[in-house]
Amino acid sequence: MNRKVKRRNKGPLAREAQVTGWLFISPMLLGFTLLLLFPMGKALYMSLNDWPLLGGHRFVGLDNYKDIAVDPLFWKVFGNTAYFTLGLVPFNIVLALMLALLLSRSLKGIGIFRTAIFVPVMTSLIVWSIVWKYMFATDSGLINQLLMLFNIKGAAWLYDERLAMPAVIVTSVLKNVGLNMVLFIAAIQQVSRSLYEAAELDGAGKTKSFFNVTLPMITPTVFLTVVMTVIGSLKVFGQIYVMTQGGPSNSTKVLVYYIWEKAFKLFQMGYASALAFVLFFVVLILTLLQWQLRKRWVFNEGDA
Amino acid sequence: MKATPNNSKKWSVAGVYAALTAVSLIMLVPFLWMLSTSFKRPQDIFTYPPQLIPPVFQFQNYVDVFTLIPFHRFYFNSVYISFVVVAGTVFFASLAGYAFAKIPFTGRNAVFLVLLSAMMIPHEVTAIPMFLFMRDLGWIDTHLPLILLPIFGASGVFGIFVMRQFFITVPTELEEAAMIDGCSRFRIYWTIMLPIACPGMATLTIFTFVSIWNEFFDPLIFINTRELMTLPLGLSLFTDEVGTAWHYLMSATVMATVPLLIVFFLAQKRFIEGVAMTGLKE
Repeated sequence: MNRKVKRRNKGPLAREAQVTGWLFISPMLLGFTLLLLFPMGKALYMSLNDWPLLGGHRFVGLDNYKDIAVDPLFWKVFGNTAYFTLGLVPFNIVLALMLALLLSRSLKGIGIFRTAIFVPVMTSLIVWSIVWKYMFATDSGLINQLLMLFNIKGAAWLYDERLAMPAVIVTSVLKNVGLNMVLFIAAIQQVSRSLYEAAELDGAGKTKSFFNVTLPMITPTVFLTVVMTVIGSLKVFGQIYVMTQGGPSNSTKVLVYYIWEKAFKLFQMGYASALAFVLFFVVLILTLLQWQLRKRWVFNEGDA
Repeated sequence: MKATPNNSKKWSVAGVYAALTAVSLIMLVPFLWMLSTSFKRPQDIFTYPPQLIPPVFQFQNYVDVFTLIPFHRFYFNSVYISFVVVAGTVFFASLAGYAFAKIPFTGRNAVFLVLLSAMMIPHEVTAIPMFLFMRDLGWIDTHLPLILLPIFGASGVFGIFVMRQFFITVPTELEEAAMIDGCSRFRIYWTIMLPIACPGMATLTIFTFVSIWNEFFDPLIFINTRELMTLPLGLSLFTDEVGTAWHYLMSATVMATVPLLIVFFLAQKRFIEGVAMTGLKE
């Protein structure tokens, strides 16, 4: 009886919630379906077609993927992307972690350093890359001018096959290291003081307490940032577009640049879609891996 | 005896400061060099040794940029697109975020999960069909894709996520009281929840503004006409067209960066906290 009354009272409200709930999310849901879900399906279909910009498309099954597998330029591009990622991620993470350790202490003027290191994160990647292109310039570049002060003849950084990619990597690390640094600072500050006190009682020094307390406690954050940075690195584009245009002789041509070139310069939309799906699968695997490991490591995550 | 640990501590503090100063300098030198070059005359750009303070300040560079390229158009386009996208994102994301947090409707969790998982779709995958779709609609070389895609695409979903996290913390009793008074859901959302969610909306505003102001890939794909370009795209083309006119380019980049720096310094704490809180997004 009691239960029945309750249900009746709840009835109209619950029905109202059904309608308004869906109504409230409907603009986003509609936009999301049209602008994300539908294109995703279409991209998959396109990747199975020969799809020029003009004229009809032709279903070719997995041919695009087969072509990718034997495309020497793809493997070059794949290698370059791996080079960029493997060069950038450890450099970025280690530097961010070191800076976070230094900046999570309470020293005077720490805010100024934090700000200085964080400012590039929010600057436009294009502006940052333009300025660094200028700094790396062979004659008028600041770097070579400074080297000249020590009587060193600087290199043609962005025009040298061996040096262009490292130059882009350094530029990119400096641009984004502040982001990981902030995440690490937040994580480090959440480590309970009592753990350090306990470690100190056990006679642990600074180094020891870092490896025995700090690092294990922030492992979830470290792993999250590693995965996010790897995914970000796989999608590198803007700095390549501005600084090298994929050159010299394809030495900095990365996956997204290749996708962009195939799709929007050469208009091989089907082949480009297949390339994009290669990227998608790599990102998917990394994301799933991260979710899996996160479940194991993070305990008070809430429901989200 | 006592002096040794004290001294070594002093030294280690000095070492920390030295290291931090070095890194900060590396971060700031590009900005200083950009500022310095922006005031230089062409003949002062390549001087040896390099001069941080130009011998003659050529303010004219900042004026010339506007006649060399349609820089005021780039600027205006960036400002108004950022404004519309921020307003749209905050409105639609908070509306949906409120529903996901507070309105118990069937399928809520499933839909939310689908939205979240779609966030990992790389933008480059959907950009290709989106280009064809926009072409069919006749929207290539208009600002519509630059406005609609971020509001309803992955960054809009990110906005829902941020707003939902915020609304979840608001006690339900507040709404129940209003509901008994006969308030409609929309009124509750508009007059009660939104004012409470101001900090969340501020965080989302800053995030969205920064990412839209800096967006490059979409304008590159969808815009061809110079007059319709946004700042990052306009500037990236400028590197090719004027080649080595670094003094002009640097004054343009200074002008493109200043609004961001102002926003950042006004909202620094919130932005850094927001990054730390969400722990997401490049």
